[in-house]
Amino acid sequence: MTTPATLRNGRPRVAITGLGVVAPGGIGVKAFWDLLTSGRTATRSISLFDATGFRSRVAAECDFYPEEEGLSPQEIRRLDRAAQFGLVCVRDAIADSGVAGLVPPERIGVSIGSAVGCTMRLEDEYVVLSNGGEKWLVDPAYLVPHAYDYMVPSTIAAEAARAAGAEGPVALISTGCTAGLDSIGHGLRLLYENSADLVIAGAADAPLSPITAACFDAIKATSPDNDDPEHASRPFDLNRHGFVLGEGAAVLVLERLDDARARGARIYGEIVGFASRSNAFHMTGLKPDGREMAEAITVAMAQNGVAPEDIDYINAHGSGTKQNDRHETAAFKRSLGQRAYEVPVSSIKSMIGHSLGAIGSIEVAACALALTHQVVPPTANLHTPDPECDLDYVPLTARDQELDMVLSVGSGFGGFQSAMVVARGSAA
Amino acid sequence: MSTGTVVTGLGIVAPGGFGAAEYWAFVLAGRSAIGPITRFDPSPYPTRLAGEVRGFVAEERVPGRIVVQTDQWTHLGLAATDLALADARLEPAAVPEYEMAVVTASSSGGTEFGQREIQSLWRRGPQFVGAYQSIAWFYAATTGQISIRHGMRGPCGVVCTEQAGGLDALAQARRLVRDGSRMVLTGGTDASLCPYGLTAQLASGRLSRSQDALRAYVPFDAQAGGYVPGEGGAILVVEDERAALARGARAYGTVAGYGATFDPAPETGREPGLRRAAELALADAGIGPDRIDVVFADAVGLPELDRQEAAAITAIFGPYGVPVTAPKTMSGRLYAGGAALDVAVALLSIRDGVIPPTIGILRQAEECELDLVRDRARPASVSTALVLARGYGGFNAAAVVTAPSL
Amino acid sequence: MDQFTIDHLIRLLRSAGGVADGVELNAGIVDEAYTDLGYDSLALLEMSAKIQQEFGVAIPDEDVTELKTPRQTIDYLNDRMSPI
Repeated sequence: MTTPATLRNGRPRVAITGLGVVAPGGIGVKAFWDLLTSGRTATRSISLFDATGFRSRVAAECDFYPEEEGLSPQEIRRLDRAAQFGLVCVRDAIADSGVAGLVPPERIGVSIGSAVGCTMRLEDEYVVLSNGGEKWLVDPAYLVPHAYDYMVPSTIAAEAARAAGAEGPVALISTGCTAGLDSIGHGLRLLYENSADLVIAGAADAPLSPITAACFDAIKATSPDNDDPEHASRPFDLNRHGFVLGEGAAVLVLERLDDARARGARIYGEIVGFASRSNAFHMTGLKPDGREMAEAITVAMAQNGVAPEDIDYINAHGSGTKQNDRHETAAFKRSLGQRAYEVPVSSIKSMIGHSLGAIGSIEVAACALALTHQVVPPTANLHTPDPECDLDYVPLTARDQELDMVLSVGSGFGGFQSAMVVARGSAA
Repeated sequence: MSTGTVVTGLGIVAPGGFGAAEYWAFVLAGRSAIGPITRFDPSPYPTRLAGEVRGFVAEERVPGRIVVQTDQWTHLGLAATDLALADARLEPAAVPEYEMAVVTASSSGGTEFGQREIQSLWRRGPQFVGAYQSIAWFYAATTGQISIRHGMRGPCGVVCTEQAGGLDALAQARRLVRDGSRMVLTGGTDASLCPYGLTAQLASGRLSRSQDALRAYVPFDAQAGGYVPGEGGAILVVEDERAALARGARAYGTVAGYGATFDPAPETGREPGLRRAAELALADAGIGPDRIDVVFADAVGLPELDRQEAAAITAIFGPYGVPVTAPKTMSGRLYAGGAALDVAVALLSIRDGVIPPTIGILRQAEECELDLVRDRARPASVSTALVLARGYGGFNAAAVVTAPSL
Repeated sequence: MDQFTIDHLIRLLRSAGGVADGVELNAGIVDEAYTDLGYDSLALLEMSAKIQQEFGVAIPDEDVTELKTPRQTIDYLNDRMSPI
């Protein structure tokens, strides 16, 4: 049986032909997938900065040694940690896809998501220029040549584009915590409208710096379970106390399915739907009914005539805040009806934390791997079900399961809700 | 079966004018809004001039509850949004909630708010960081606040490509219209005129250090020495042409073409991508260069970048082949707000048949073979304009806007 | 200072949360719900942080959401502030 070259709505089918991942618990696709299927967690006490005095002192950190990942001394000196993550992922994903040299530079597009950009280095430089916050009129005498590169998040996309050899459309998408889904969604559009033949899409964030941690402290969004860091991220559990900050990146190589087949590429999966909606309600608050996320899911599914029964797994946003997990559970019921109670749902944030804009792309990478390996990653630390979260959240252990179609969702500050449908890569 | 994408509302909040009418009168007069920085004491800095939105009082334009929780950049964006909706005579409550989208450009987020909170953190400790830092500083703050304030539940987007962002956001808006959104608020604003914001900008090596407000930002001049930063920008109401027609809206023009490219690595010595972006935009609009009546230049104001832009324009139009202008010489470079403002001004140029000037040029650089519209506005039949923008780091974008077909 | 008053609270509310359109902050608001005055959870978190910074009284997370009117906040603080 051959699948058609287009989706039901007439758009070309898009294949994922390469993956690059930098995540807590291990660098590279293999380490990432090993962690997710083991049910181990990569959350720990913060070591990247001195978190004394912070309300939340747990995080999911990457054991990232840039020299070992092949970054040059100049790249290490110049680039913010998020840009470094992105660079490693772009190189890995292109190598994985075997597409290098096959597409002319002007037909390669790049779409990278990030919520907080290069703020880690931006803060570091501020501390020096202000002499530890002493001066409002920071002193330009101590300026480093790269300070402006840290001020504009677009640097991450520019570096990714250079690494990819791309000279087509390049953008950084910064819709907060849905940026990693939205950047892939933007990448799809570039292929749909024929602005590119190859798109490097993904997201990177490195928010484990004092100011970003303090942001979430101030609104009590992050977990204060400092005494038990390995079990601090507890999505859907009755005793969840907020999310655990993470960091990382994931990059996908996207091509039209026809092109991927023609060159005999390995196909991790096909992206068959994407939509985003906004709740226009509150910058941080969510209405419990999940209405707008449900709408995004419904619209994404409709793009290829996907029915609720077709969905075999949901990779949840599952941040582990009280309101998110309720909101999302309601959204699944609202969009999928009875199917919501049958389909496995899990949150990999239980293991690798919430890396803000990056996580959406990391989760799509997890979906592609789930489809490839026919395994559903679990929700770690889920011991005490919350009566308000009454779906099958795949607690503690991974599950072998036949998967043809999976859904990944994201929800973020600003009220943004995004949904993506990924299908098993059909044979050539 | 996509219909056209038209611009039906202009909301301008920029150095020199508040609202499209005031700003348009300002640029036609060829005056400068560049002056000494007043938001803080600029005397320790080599760059002391900027384009500030003078007389802007957030409390008069933004709800009191929102003022405290957002940065100046978002204040300007919300105020520009109100102006754009009023100009379009569009009542959001009358549009289906999921068919209204918001896509703004951001280049550096809530810089001043962020500096204040980082200072509190480092001076006094983490518990002194306020609850609003989490929603004021990040690049999506303006889009989110606009969506919430106007009940817009369609797709929301934020594009960061520095100064190219305004055109990239406009292109996103057109994609969303083609995708079924009835109206999209797009454009961008910027406000990084705080000590850390200015200091970080100095690191780019692109800021002018001149203290002469009339000569500090003179792109394509033989003595060009960088640009003057500014704040503000423009928010545009973009609509599906049929929907606009159905509600009897007046259109300023159509978003007819767009192209985006990324520069080859500088060390390759290969031609930068701006020419190709412009050619893609022309091809997308389905027109040849002969149809372009004016080019709104990116006009960085650094000799090498000016020369590259002039070469791109000349390659397409021939030497002195098309009127070129840079009204941003009157307001400064507005980053995420800059290209959106240029699009707004281009549409006003089409409406009134007059090209606003580039000011401050004394002697045009010889290698820039451009028909630069200098000092005084030039009456001209303008039905199609090409807007160019480059974002720091290698981003290029071009857009073609045409007279309305309504 | 030995009493936390409505005037203290109004000053803190104004700086922490601004003032919603159509609302006037005066002693008459003492029994109005914060939500009716236009203040959301972020504004109340911001105000409680300012209270802690200025008056040295920490309001635990779970109590912040329980204090729903200015009078409740004032009484809560006066119960916990030792007279100087």
